[in-house]
Amino acid sequence: MSESGRVDVLMPRTFQEALEMKATRPAALPIAGGTDVMVWINFGMVRPEALIDLSRLPELQALRRDGGRVFLGAGVTYARIVRELPDVRPLVEASRSVGSPQIRERGTVGGNLGTASPAGDSLPVLAAYEAEIEVASAARGARRLPWHDFLIGPKRTAMKPDELIVGAAWQVPRGSGSFSKVGTRNAMVIAVAGLCLVVDEEWRRVRVALGSVGPTILRAAQAEQRVSQALADAGVWDEPNATAPDSLLDDFAAGVAAAARPIDDVRGTAAYRRHACEVLARRALSWALEDRRHARAGAA
Amino acid sequence: MLVRCMVNGESREAEVWGGTSLLTFLRDDLHLLGTKNACEQGECGSCSVWLDGHVVCACLVLAAQVEGREVQTVEGMARGGSMHPVQQAFVDAGAVQCGFCTPGLVVAVADLLEHHPHPSDELIREQLSGNICRCTGYQKIIDAVHLAAGRAQEKQS
Repeated sequence: MSESGRVDVLMPRTFQEALEMKATRPAALPIAGGTDVMVWINFGMVRPEALIDLSRLPELQALRRDGGRVFLGAGVTYARIVRELPDVRPLVEASRSVGSPQIRERGTVGGNLGTASPAGDSLPVLAAYEAEIEVASAARGARRLPWHDFLIGPKRTAMKPDELIVGAAWQVPRGSGSFSKVGTRNAMVIAVAGLCLVVDEEWRRVRVALGSVGPTILRAAQAEQRVSQALADAGVWDEPNATAPDSLLDDFAAGVAAAARPIDDVRGTAAYRRHACEVLARRALSWALEDRRHARAGAA
Repeated sequence: MLVRCMVNGESREAEVWGGTSLLTFLRDDLHLLGTKNACEQGECGSCSVWLDGHVVCACLVLAAQVEGREVQTVEGMARGGSMHPVQQAFVDAGAVQCGFCTPGLVVAVADLLEHHPHPSDELIREQLSGNICRCTGYQKIIDAVHLAAGRAQEKQS
């Protein structure tokens, strides 16, 4: 907390230098795209004694694709994701839904992780992909945490004061998937409910993650398990054109809605959010089954 | 701290408070008032500028982050006393009412047309989703985009 109002701006040239600065001044607030931090500063919501500028660190710009594995550096912007990872469709759909073109040129997944708002649009995608979050410190080096060990509550992460986020890593399964969200406008909107669905053809599993409907990102584990089995029972895994019973979609949608733990807040009521989850779940599964019928699965 | 960068092709610098945004730096320190401050939270787009060739909200960029970088503002668009074609199209299409959103929109539209010379209405709406206008109801702005696009095409042929 800065008493005098003075803000030191630390400008590391390498990630290692940034880690050393964070270790020396753990209260320093990291800033990359600034789409969260600058709002806090502009409105006097934070008075940091120091800021660490991460926007120039080459190590955080890494965007790697090795076969099925993706590594997304914490400093990669949403605009770059849309341009450079077009086949990871759920992530692209989430990225395109963030803010506006101006916001997307600056905002990063690292920021979504660091801020850890349950409404962060990329977070349900990372959860559905079972991503690991890599963080590092000068003293202890790098460590990886599963997404659910990293995001531990509303705007709370498991990071230590001397740590910075390196990036997120996950295996892209073979199969379809999507991200969708509900809000008051089709741009520049914080999600009232967000949902990422991913189909893993190899393991014959459907995975669903929910945003904005709980203290943190949720997975609808029971609904996932039930629908994965129901699709097996209906022979749909082997034969995409096999008829799935009507009840399968209804049951799945209800199960996903039941997994939500929403509250009433300024953006919507708990009841509406639960309803929104049901609608998004039904749509997402319908789209995925449709994709399978048209063999549009690709690498997403 | 001292921030030094290129603005509209010229080297500019000023001493600023560490938490200063690029928007405040441009307006208060460099006296470039074309870029507007309406929301200071990246919602309205009236502070849109180019940073290293990409359109961003200046209110969300820390001034220190532009050290050594290139910024272009709306002031850099007119050349030799003539309006930029996008500015002219806005005037001719009746897309300027109070004018407060106009600088940000002109920057966003110029950028859009550089990347998509013949945008559809849908693409225009998506690409301008970060710029809010209270006066016009947006239709004349969309007309201005098509007018500028058409004129650019005519000029080429």
